[in-house]
Amino acid sequence: MIVEGLIGRKLGMTRIFNEAGEVIPVTVLEVGPCTVVQVKTVETDGYNAVQLGFMPRKLTKFNKPMRGHFLKAGLDHGFYILREFRVEDASQFKPGQVLTLESLGVEKGIRVDVTGKSKGRGFTGAIKRWGFSRQPMSHGAKQVHRKPGSSGPSTFPGRVIKGKKMPGHYGNETVTVKNLLVAEVIPDKNLLLVKGAVPGWPNGWVMVYFK
Amino acid sequence: MFPLIREVESRYLRKDLPEFRPGDTVRVHYRIQEGEEKERIQVFEGVVIRRRGSGTGATFTVRKVSFGVGVERTFPLHSPRIEKIEVVRRGKVRRARLYYLRGRYGKAARIKERF
Repeated sequence: MIVEGLIGRKLGMTRIFNEAGEVIPVTVLEVGPCTVVQVKTVETDGYNAVQLGFMPRKLTKFNKPMRGHFLKAGLDHGFYILREFRVEDASQFKPGQVLTLESLGVEKGIRVDVTGKSKGRGFTGAIKRWGFSRQPMSHGAKQVHRKPGSSGPSTFPGRVIKGKKMPGHYGNETVTVKNLLVAEVIPDKNLLLVKGAVPGWPNGWVMVYFK
Repeated sequence: MFPLIREVESRYLRKDLPEFRPGDTVRVHYRIQEGEEKERIQVFEGVVIRRRGSGTGATFTVRKVSFGVGVERTFPLHSPRIEKIEVVRRGKVRRARLYYLRGRYGKAARIKERF
């Protein structure tokens, strides 16, 4: 691929059948079309990359500096989301260029990494957050069923070691799922069907990285 | 659920299957793989006791009594492995899920015919 990845949106999950008649669980992603908003080169920025925009949004929704940024690329609208992707050769890109699954030649059978923001779960206990086992529900156990248990030894070392898994805020963080199989590509709808789950809610942003 | 997902699913739905309901007796011709490169069609005949799900995830369960043992098999409705479904008999039932058949056999497990 001439570009590292594209921006997309998670639509949700379903299941499809493959040629052998087996059921495959898939996540439907709407990926692209992404527009090149800015090209970064070694000469000007020290590295080669393109800034891509996804999902058009009218210019009046942006402040003046952002409007200028989009106008500079020769566009008459902005984007809900902008993300930067590394490229090998920046000379192949110019602002305003549109990249789609089809134009990049994404085919079924390849593997992709998908980055998204996981569902926010708020302040959670150690069982949900770290997969701890719960304590007995009976046999004298009282009020401790879902507590994390011991947080470490006693006098030596006399402190809780750093990084101890404890209850706390869980989710709403950037998560990458690697090596997902592309089960199907539907170019006319810009849809990418990947096998398995991807982070986040339906309608959430995802970055799809090609190998 | 996004309408686009329904559209994706519609590519995998089968439109060649007959309409049938719980209570109907059907004959399911199911393609099964036997070892490498060997395929044959197995026929499973029985009463449909359940239909569930929508889109590509829809399944149905067929129950039959084989050598005095109740056998239930659940098929994905839109599976390409289903060669064909024949409706042998239409049944008249007042439930969507015929789990009550599990506790009955012989005369008590009869289903009235629907015309």
